[in-house]
This record gives sequence, structure tokens and C-alpha cells, in this order.
Amino acid sequence: MKKQSIMLSTAAVALALLSGGAPASADTLRLLTWGGYAPDDVIAKFEAETGHTVEVTKSNNEEMIAKLRATGGGGFDLAQPSQDRIAGPQEEFGIYKPIDMSQIDTSLFIPSMLEATKGNTMVGADVYGVPHVWGTSGLVVDTKMAGMVKDYTDLCSDDVAGKVSYRLKRPTLIGFAFSMGLDPFAAYGDEAAYADIMSKVEAKLVECKPGVKTYWGGGDELMGLLRSGEVVASMAWDTGGWKLNADNPDITFVAPAAGALGWVDTFVLPAKGKSDAAAYAWINFVMQPEVAAMITAAAGNFTASLGADEFADADLKARYQASFPQEAIDNIKWYPPVPAGLEAIEGGVLDRVKAAN
Amino acid sequence: MRSEARLGLALLLTPLLLWLSLLIFLPHVDIFLVSLRERIGVGKYQISFANYLTFFNEPLYLWTFFRTAVMSMLATVITLLIAFPVSYYIAKMVKGRVQSGLFLLCLVPFWVSELVRTFGWMILLRETGIFSKLLQAIGLSDGPVEMLYNDGAIMLGLVYTSMLFMVVPLVTTLESLPDEVIEAGYDLGGNGVSVLREIIIPHAMPGIVSGCIVVFMLSLGNYLTPTMLGGKESLWFTELIYSQFIVRFNWELGAAFGFMLLILSSAIVWGMLKLTGQSLEKTMG
Repeated sequence: MKKQSIMLSTAAVALALLSGGAPASADTLRLLTWGGYAPDDVIAKFEAETGHTVEVTKSNNEEMIAKLRATGGGGFDLAQPSQDRIAGPQEEFGIYKPIDMSQIDTSLFIPSMLEATKGNTMVGADVYGVPHVWGTSGLVVDTKMAGMVKDYTDLCSDDVAGKVSYRLKRPTLIGFAFSMGLDPFAAYGDEAAYADIMSKVEAKLVECKPGVKTYWGGGDELMGLLRSGEVVASMAWDTGGWKLNADNPDITFVAPAAGALGWVDTFVLPAKGKSDAAAYAWINFVMQPEVAAMITAAAGNFTASLGADEFADADLKARYQASFPQEAIDNIKWYPPVPAGLEAIEGGVLDRVKAAN
Repeated sequence: MRSEARLGLALLLTPLLLWLSLLIFLPHVDIFLVSLRERIGVGKYQISFANYLTFFNEPLYLWTFFRTAVMSMLATVITLLIAFPVSYYIAKMVKGRVQSGLFLLCLVPFWVSELVRTFGWMILLRETGIFSKLLQAIGLSDGPVEMLYNDGAIMLGLVYTSMLFMVVPLVTTLESLPDEVIEAGYDLGGNGVSVLREIIIPHAMPGIVSGCIVVFMLSLGNYLTPTMLGGKESLWFTELIYSQFIVRFNWELGAAFGFMLLILSSAIVWGMLKLTGQSLEKTMG
């Protein structure tokens, strides 16, 4: 009997210690982000300056939302989904909390980007996201082998059959739709019209399938395919193309004729985040031009930080300018917020394309 | 005294019961409940069997399950055919140090993670990979050969990944077969084939059955190998579940798929046991 009570009290003490440990480490910032957005040197500088510690979990849009949904918005203090994936999931699952703009040093942001992101991440009267890193997806082409690939649908051309690759994900559907002269973004509000556009894209993708070498899954896989020359043209992110360009001047990122697809990754506060102070400190810290340039160097993409361009690497700027003449910049199709429910339509299309023979 | 023994037993069983109920039983109940929800609007759900109807009404999902099940069975059969002679050799033909050495060789590849092993196969099989280069060097092929991104590559990966789980139970059961019984079989006028059919296989049956069940379940539930080695058409059922949960935010359908996988795979194993006249009790010894 006595032994039992001792064991029980030990257990109680252990539990108290465990639960008591949480508030003490409240200034730990648990950051859910993309690879390259929180480089080690930036974290070290932040920790030295503010005393907070940073725990980084690398992820992608879908996994971020799935993780936050599983915990009802807990487990992380700051997350970085793309701006088009904030309003929909917020309405559906309530996984974020509004951003207190008074805590954010808005003078550090490029004003037009800040306003656009605020508008796109608004639910009711609350703002849920501020911009961080932006970039595009389009085509990465080996110009020597596949110089004729200028648009998404050129990936179906016989000249490059067997040597092209793309992802079976929503950017491919959107890109092909634009390239076919359709406007999927205009149909976002109308499920029937959107389903109609998607069925046309589905037919096109099935028709193109014999010429595809494989559907790539991850960035590293794609790099391997392009580097080895097994694939000469692919849909990919701009940074992927520029990275390859550094090793092989023939390969580079090409903004497609129908328009590159523009995304903005943001900062959002998960609904059950515990240390908002550290989260705001991190946002204001990384948006400083010098720090933003360090992130640009690591991630390869530019940020919404005002004046960070001056600190950016000259080679990267040159590659950016080569891929994006002014008219290509004007032609970038920025993702509007995805209404809840569209993923189901796209999902069906992607499954059927994958299964088609 | 008795009550103390009972308490001891209860305490001993507690970790296991906690494990089973908290980590296996409860999550399944939860998945089942999620699978019964149907989304009817933003954040609104009602109870229905709509997700299960989707599974049965969309030929694509049924076909993918069927494909996955057939390929897993094929992988099981191939694994058995390769592992049986290997196990027999290890258990019966060699002794002592050679025996443990060979057994160790079967184990060694499993000291690295499945991911690394799969990457290894990708390096070997790809168009600019080692096999392709080798074939060109010895003049068997004029151009690069692509061996990756097809169902054959998946099959290779599955068999390779499962080999150990077939070899271990087979070696254990075959080792328990006394050599005298085999000799007696030959003395009584049997030949290689009849001894194999009448003595060795019946004795090894528990090992064969348990090995087959493990390999089949592992293949059916494998995610990594089919996704990495498979090609454009190589849909695997686990891939569908992943994409419903993560990419489509459609947990309800994903949960229904997960439950169907559990039910159908159990049904297949049960059916196979009935068909071959085996039972789980016999396998367990």
C-alpha cells in the first residue's frame, strides 16, 4: 500500500514537471516552414539578438495545413503556407488566429505586396497573413535540347516526347488551363465552370501522358532528372531552374508564354500557438533587408522585404532578369485564394490522369 | 496468494493493453467515425455512408485496390519462390559459422533504412544508371535503357524489401525439421520431389503461411517503394490514402479508404487461408 502511494506521488511529480515545463519554454518559437526559409545563420543571429530559441520543422503547403488541422492549430507558433491556402482552410477548419498588425513593423514590407496579401488572406474583417517569400513556377528547359518549349502545352510536343516531366499537382492543372486559353482563376467562384475547365485539362493531360517520362514528386528528384539529361523540359519552380543554371548554363528557368504562376508564402499564426511574442519578433527580424537577403541566398527566392534587393547576390539577380523581362513580370498569374471544396474537383482529375493508360 | 498473482498478471498486461487500446484500437474507432462523415458545406458535416459509396462507385478506386492486391500477391509468391531455396540452404545444407554468416548476409541490407535501399535501386536502374551503362559497355544495347518507373521496378523493390520477413520464419521452421526424417524419406524410396512435397513443405507450412501473411501485408501497406520506383501509371492504394488526407484535405474519404484497406486485406488473408486449408491457430503452433 505504502509502495503504491509512493509510486503514485512520483508519477504526480513527474506529470507536474512535464506540464510545468511548457510555460517555462514559452519563448521557444516553433516554426513550421519550407526548406531554406530559416537558414542556420539567420536562426543563430535571431537567438543571439532576442534570446528566443527557434525549432524548425520543414514542410510544404499541404502538410502544413494537414498538421495544423490534426491538432486544431496547435503544436506550432508560426507557419508559412502560401497566401492562396489561408482563407479557405481558415473558414473550413479554423486553424489560424488573426494577425495583430500593430505588432508588425509594416515599414519593412513592400507596400503593394503587403496590401495584396492582406486582402487575399482576409476572413471577415480579420487579416490572417503577411507576405514573406515570393516566387513563380513555370518551365525549366535545357535550351540546347528543347529550345522550342515556350509554354506549358509545348511539353506535349513530339519533339521532346519521352523527355519531359511535371508534377501531378494543382499548379500543373492551372498552368495547362492558361496555356489552353482558359482562365481557371476567373472560374474559382463557380464550381460547375471550374469542373468544366478541369475536364478539358484532364483530356489534354491524358493525351500528353505517353510523352511524359515520369511525374516528379520532390524537388531533388527533379534536379536529378534534369542534371542527368534524362529530362530536358519540365514544369518547376524558378529557383530550381536558377540552381541548375549555376551548374549548367544551358538549363534555365523560362517564364511560359501563358504566364508564370506566382505564389507568395506568408506568415500565419496557428490558432493554438503559445508564443505570439516570439512569432512577431521573428517576423520583424527576418523582414529586415540584410536578414531577408540572407534568406534569399539560402532559398533562392526574393522576399517581400523593402530594399533587400540591394543586398541580394548579383548572379541571382542576373538570372532573375534573364528569365523575367518586364512583360513576363506583368504576365505573372498570381494565385487568388482557393475557395474550399475546389481541391476535391482537382483531386478527381489528378487521380484519373494518373490512372489513365 | 491468488489475488496477488492476479494483480501481478494485470500489472504485466497493462502496458500491452494500454498500447493496444490507445495506439491501435482507439485510432481505428476514430478513423471509422471520421469515415462516416460527409461534408455538406463549409465546416458542416452529416453522418452518411457517402464515402464508402464513392469507393464502390468510382471504378478508379476499386481498380487501384485490385491492382495493389494482385501485385502484392504476386510479390508474395515471388518472394516465397526465391526465399524457400535460400532458407533451405541456410537451415539444412550448411552448418556452424557459414550458416550464421549467410544468415547475417540476409540481415545486412536491413541495417540501412528502406529509403536508402530504394534510392540504391534508383541509382542502379535509371536510364543513366549503372545497369544501363553496363549493358551498353558490353554491347548488349545500343542506347540507354530505362528500367525505372514501371511495374517491374516496383515488383523488384517489394520483393527485395520483403525478403528478410520470409527468410526468417522459413529458416526457423526448417531448422526444427530433423535430418533423420528427410533421410528416412529417401530410405523409403522417395526422390527429391516427393520428399520435398510430402515431408519438407508440410513441415515448413507454418513458416510459409506466417511469412506469406507478413510479406503480403507489408507489400499492400507499402508507400515508399511504389511511389519512388513506380511510373506514370503505377497507382498504389496507400498513395491514394495519402493524397486524400494530405493533398485534398479530404480526411473523410481517406479514412474510408483506410478502413476499406483494413477490411479487404483481412478478407484476402482469411480467404487465402481457407483456400489453402490452413488456419491461424496451426500457424501459431
